[in-house]
Amino acid sequence: MRRLLAFLMIAAVSLASGPSKADPVDDAVTALSSGSFDSVHEGVGQLVASGSPRAAAIIGSLQNGKLYFRPDHTLFIKQDDGTYVGALTGTPAEAGAVKPVKVNNAIRGAMDAALGALRLFSPDAATRMTAAEAVFHAADPAALPALTKALEKEADPAVKVRMQQARAAVVLASPDGAEADRVAAVGVLRARGDIDARGFLASLSDQPPAVAAAITSALTAIDRLAQIWSVGQSIYYGLSLGSVLLLAAAGLAITFGVMGVINMAHGEMVMIGAYTTFVVQQFMRAHTPGLYGASLLFAVPLAFMVSGSIGIVIERTLIRWLYGRPLETLLATWGLSLVLQQAVRTIFGANNQDVDTPPWMSGATALGGLTLTWNRMYIILFSAVVLAGLMAALRYTSLGLRMRAVTQNRRMAAAMGIRTPWIDALTFGLGSGIAGMAGVALSQIDNVSPNLGQSYIIDSFMVVVFGGVGNLWGTTLGALTLGIVNKFLEPVAGAVVAKIVVLVLLILFIQRRPRGMFPLKGRAVES
Amino acid sequence: MAITEPTISRRGLARLGAAAATVAAIGAVKTAAAAETSGTIKVGILHSLSGTMAISETTLKDVMLMLIEQQNAKGGLLGKKLEAVVVDPASNWPLFAEKARQLISVEKCAATFGCWTSVSRKSVLPVFEELNSILFYPVQYEGQECSRNVFYTGAAPNQQAIPAVDYLMKENKVKRWVLAGTDYVYPRTTNQILEAYLIAKGVAKDDIMINYTPFGHSDWQNIVASIKKFGSAGKKTAVVSTINGDANVPFYKELGNQGLKATDIPVVAFSVGEEELAGIDTKPLLGHLAAWNYFQSVDTSINKSFIDAWHAYTKKPTRTTNDPMEAHFIGFNMWVKAVEAAGTTDSNAVIDAMLGVSVPNLSGGYSAMMPNHHITKPVLIGEIQADGQFNIVSQTPGLVVAQEWSPYVADTKDLIGDWRAPLHCGAFNVKTGHCTAGKKA
Repeated sequence: MRRLLAFLMIAAVSLASGPSKADPVDDAVTALSSGSFDSVHEGVGQLVASGSPRAAAIIGSLQNGKLYFRPDHTLFIKQDDGTYVGALTGTPAEAGAVKPVKVNNAIRGAMDAALGALRLFSPDAATRMTAAEAVFHAADPAALPALTKALEKEADPAVKVRMQQARAAVVLASPDGAEADRVAAVGVLRARGDIDARGFLASLSDQPPAVAAAITSALTAIDRLAQIWSVGQSIYYGLSLGSVLLLAAAGLAITFGVMGVINMAHGEMVMIGAYTTFVVQQFMRAHTPGLYGASLLFAVPLAFMVSGSIGIVIERTLIRWLYGRPLETLLATWGLSLVLQQAVRTIFGANNQDVDTPPWMSGATALGGLTLTWNRMYIILFSAVVLAGLMAALRYTSLGLRMRAVTQNRRMAAAMGIRTPWIDALTFGLGSGIAGMAGVALSQIDNVSPNLGQSYIIDSFMVVVFGGVGNLWGTTLGALTLGIVNKFLEPVAGAVVAKIVVLVLLILFIQRRPRGMFPLKGRAVES
Repeated sequence: MAITEPTISRRGLARLGAAAATVAAIGAVKTAAAAETSGTIKVGILHSLSGTMAISETTLKDVMLMLIEQQNAKGGLLGKKLEAVVVDPASNWPLFAEKARQLISVEKCAATFGCWTSVSRKSVLPVFEELNSILFYPVQYEGQECSRNVFYTGAAPNQQAIPAVDYLMKENKVKRWVLAGTDYVYPRTTNQILEAYLIAKGVAKDDIMINYTPFGHSDWQNIVASIKKFGSAGKKTAVVSTINGDANVPFYKELGNQGLKATDIPVVAFSVGEEELAGIDTKPLLGHLAAWNYFQSVDTSINKSFIDAWHAYTKKPTRTTNDPMEAHFIGFNMWVKAVEAAGTTDSNAVIDAMLGVSVPNLSGGYSAMMPNHHITKPVLIGEIQADGQFNIVSQTPGLVVAQEWSPYVADTKDLIGDWRAPLHCGAFNVKTGHCTAGKKA
């Protein structure tokens, strides 16, 4: 890779020299179309060194898996519409029987470095940013002249900082250079202070004593800072786990907490929500590809309706016969959960279904030393919205009023003209619908398989019992507490032990406070 | 390999009840049908069709049915038609033993193809030994076993894990290792072997991090973060993953979201195949690795015709093929060949005839049944591509013979399994000259 970049820099800096002797491009093409990983690796270097104006396009298409070769050493780039263009000419060509040029991790690394260096002078700031980062990772001394030139021209302050960091890495990686320069470079990376900078600094060996001392102190400083950030990071992890638990448990807080129905099929309502997401995505991919990025927004209300109506059907056909008989309810809903699982398995197959994550939910952003993943951020947000919506519905709508009336005093409510059986069905439907919405969120972080619900049912019951049955605030606080405690224990004790410890703590807590953190009070409860 | 304790035992119980009832009903119908068509040879298929393992095992049931149908089209075996007897052990380990007993004693199956998890194999093992019947086990596993009644067509650790580690050491110059696994027997044994192997190769103890997670673990945030941290010590780091089935999807999603790229910290997995990748968007996983003895992307004519037959049989042109399917393909063909050679389906005769049988595998060579009841295999390393298939980046030049007892574990380093006469022993200690276990009755 080093040599490759050396060639590349010469090519990039002295573009004027133009193509010279025997045709290095031909050699590169021969290597790229050889079918062996080592030759392709070399070919990438040769191509860049040749200074061919098509280098960036060819390497770019190789990176995207669009570069094909014919046994007679001709290269083609496949277009999106399935036709081919000649790789060197860029004009449409008849390809015939071609095979894709295959790459491995080593070639992928070389391509990243090569494209990074080629794109340092790109007009687009974001491209230059990625390019500088690629140069930082490659840390090739040969990149110094180009980097210095790019730094002089750079106007964007953020990109400039990135380029300075890349330059620091390059300075430290080169075998010669003034000691003061190197110490200053260590300072730049110390200021960067992230895990990549730490990894790079730690990898340096055979440095002069002054530089080595600077590196050691920089590593200590980075580690100390990382330790402080890691507390914040653990809190974020805990919040995100808590929000997932909250989503899964919010529906149960209604069906179990408010109605007192032990619904073992609750997890399957979540699973049905996730499958609804899958179906919505399939449908939209086929019929409205333009709106595909927003498929989750369509899935949320649909999942609510699908799971909610299934919930209403279950209540009307099964649960209403079992009120006041918790053991029978438990067994019947168990059976139901098995039926639902197997039904889904029969319809969709036993395999996981591929639910896409839209681009706006992929990746992560950094906030200081924190890594915040977008999918988790949106789930935290989503659970807050769901919770707020649920509370508002219970507090301000007439259905909510009736629900509260029925749960507080069923006979009085009936005497006031409320059709209590109908309210029961709607309440159960509401709880199931919320479980369905949770399924949409879970489809983004977990398997969409018939077993999806199983893994959340126990946790959901834990949250509801811990928080205090019948209290949404309790459920919220319970979910967040469990999430955060779990995430602080995990690095210390390991994931398996952390789970056990949380369970034991919970049991002890329930021994002391059988009704959870926020028990309901009042005569209705006491009786 | 293998999976999941039922997470909720009470539910498992209920499932057992329901499944048992269903299967009993189906079984009754099947037996009635079987009585009419005498003169068939029965083949048992013991794979979970419901419960947590259905995701992996249903495919193996389908491929067995296809192979049997193909064999019947060729005229059957010993002039008789083959008849598949399918039972559903419902991912419930004790039920595996019950169903195995039913297949052997009631249905009189000549051989059984089945099991996925190690615990299910351990559960049926005494049944096959007691009733002296034959089991073909198609999944890569932790080794340390060698029964006379089992033919292991999946990989032993030295046919998968160790070549993968060697590849990373050589090609990627990896110096620091994370051994991440699900908390049960296969990852624990494999990691024990790998740790001993790495230390023998000069890796410092500080450069090995071992991490276990529960079954179906879905929240990988801080584990991925700690892998990142472990990888920032200035040495090239890789993750060796024995994380099992269901937990992989969230694990890979988290890798993608936290931006851990294969060019920085490659992950090599032993339980992730085409089937598992079918459930995820593979673009962020580009370049992460898997080690198997077969990939769907193997470019041979025999593999092409196998895939075509599979698509035609399932009527789904997108159904993937995977490594355990190839193992069943090899195992079934070996069994057919051994029965033809023995001229009977009698267990003792077939077990003896199996040794040395050699049949084509799907990667263009021949696999042979060795005296330790394991088969020879090539080891392939593949990188995940954007389309969910594997790009084969390394293949062992020859076939690798299985080491059923690991030389890297103190207790088993002197043991060998050899079912040829006169040794007839599954665990022969070459130092003491004694047969410690599994002597032929």
